[in-house]
Amino acid sequence: MSDTPPPARRRLPLTWLGLAPFALFVALFLIAPTMKIVLGAFQRADGSFTFENIAGLFTDSILSSYWISIKISVASAALGCLVGFLMAAAMVLGGLPRSIRSPLLTFSGVASNFAGVPLAFAFLATLGPLGLVTVALKTHLGINLRVYGFNILSFWGLTITYLFFQIPLMILIITPALDGLKREWREAASCLGASGAQYWRMVALPILFPSILGTFALLFANAFGAVATAIALTGSSLNIVPIMLFAQIRGDVLGNPHLGYAMAFGMILITGVANVLYIVLRMRSERWLK
Amino acid sequence: MKRAAAWAILLLGMAYFILPLLGMVEFSLSMKRGIYSLEAYRVVLADPRFRETFSFSVGMALLTIAVGMAIVVPTAFWVRLKMPGLRPYVEFVTLLPLVIPAIVIVFGYIRLYNTSSVLPLTGTIFGTNLLLVFGYVTLSLPYMYRAVDTGLRTIDVATLTEAAQSLGAGWGTILARVILPNVLVSVLSGAFVTFAIVMGEFTMAALLNRPAFGPYLQLMGANRAYEPFALATIAFVITWACMGLIQLVTRFSKHDKAAR
Repeated sequence: MSDTPPPARRRLPLTWLGLAPFALFVALFLIAPTMKIVLGAFQRADGSFTFENIAGLFTDSILSSYWISIKISVASAALGCLVGFLMAAAMVLGGLPRSIRSPLLTFSGVASNFAGVPLAFAFLATLGPLGLVTVALKTHLGINLRVYGFNILSFWGLTITYLFFQIPLMILIITPALDGLKREWREAASCLGASGAQYWRMVALPILFPSILGTFALLFANAFGAVATAIALTGSSLNIVPIMLFAQIRGDVLGNPHLGYAMAFGMILITGVANVLYIVLRMRSERWLK
Repeated sequence: MKRAAAWAILLLGMAYFILPLLGMVEFSLSMKRGIYSLEAYRVVLADPRFRETFSFSVGMALLTIAVGMAIVVPTAFWVRLKMPGLRPYVEFVTLLPLVIPAIVIVFGYIRLYNTSSVLPLTGTIFGTNLLLVFGYVTLSLPYMYRAVDTGLRTIDVATLTEAAQSLGAGWGTILARVILPNVLVSVLSGAFVTFAIVMGEFTMAALLNRPAFGPYLQLMGANRAYEPFALATIAFVITWACMGLIQLVTRFSKHDKAAR
């Protein structure tokens, strides 16, 4: 009886020890660097506490870079959700052969991972001044994209490029949700006299809404943090937050190291809020889709 | 009618995905005026900088997979076996790299591990490479952990462990000879995703000033006309191959189970 407690006491620390390598790694290479940035955003060069850096963000050039970033992220997330939803719905509910499903999902897996520098090149080769589509439209249809004010190194150019990884991500996330729509719901709705449009408006969309909105938040964060595609595509001609932060880390272009911390902190804040939204909405949507 | 609309949506969507890839391949083949040729690929493959950066990135990717798996597999195993209550928290931590942008993480590295700090990793080339591997492990943590954890869900961890222990196996033997073979397919899927991520990664390598494939691509894009498109095509083939291999190992394992 008396020798039961010692083994229990000996085992407790050993159990925790199994998690130590992971905890140490995460603390050193994920948490500590992030905390360094967050704390640095509220410090002067001498280490004293201040709100000056945060206040320093509210200048025209930095605010406008945040604004452009947010606009591009919202546009590419919204369009990504819309197109991805339509494609997934066509695949799941459109009465197409099931054999297209697996290749399409595999391709979505590839495309959602094909980001960064190569993606920017692919779009330069297509919609750039000498790109495949630009030239084809000009020679065959007489449409000069330049005349319509389209330029790949612009807001819309970047948005269209981001869609290449946004749409597949939406397809990958929303397909299980669409699979979860039960046939009985549709039948029950039509028994009660609902038209197809009414079924969508009053049954299917309200059920899917949390998933769609949650994915929107995820896509938003995804676009907001994208650095490589933007740099390879536009160089430094478009002032979005990741490009500005990249230049700041390389050469302190803002002339104040702690302003860089504050910019990075602003990025974490925005992607963090978007992701919390995603998690909350995801939990809501899982209530229905079991 | 409905089916026609569905086809129309899908085909339009696919056109959006296929056109950029076509444009990229077309450009990469048109280095010689008037005819299609593999000239751009020849130039790229002959470039010593290509070989250096490419093999550097392959090495980094393999190291990342090794270090990542050494951290993730025992952790996921241990959490499932001994501390199932902590699983949601550990999973949450592994998902954090999706929330915190890579550029912010590497910014933190540069400030935290500079030459005047306690752990001056950026002071030497070896240290910087090590930091880059750790950074890549961090980036791939969400994919690796989820893959391994999903694999562990399909096997009875507790029974296997007890069976191995009653036959006299230590923790190392259990992990290497009992758990790992059983979740090998998941480990491989995680490894292939990691490989694809590391090969194309730009931000961390550029800001840590390491000669990786991503920064080389960007540099070529800024200076050359046709070679970047050949490089982008190569990068796409790598991504495609990694995803194809995941499908292959998954399918292979399904056959394996059906046969029994």
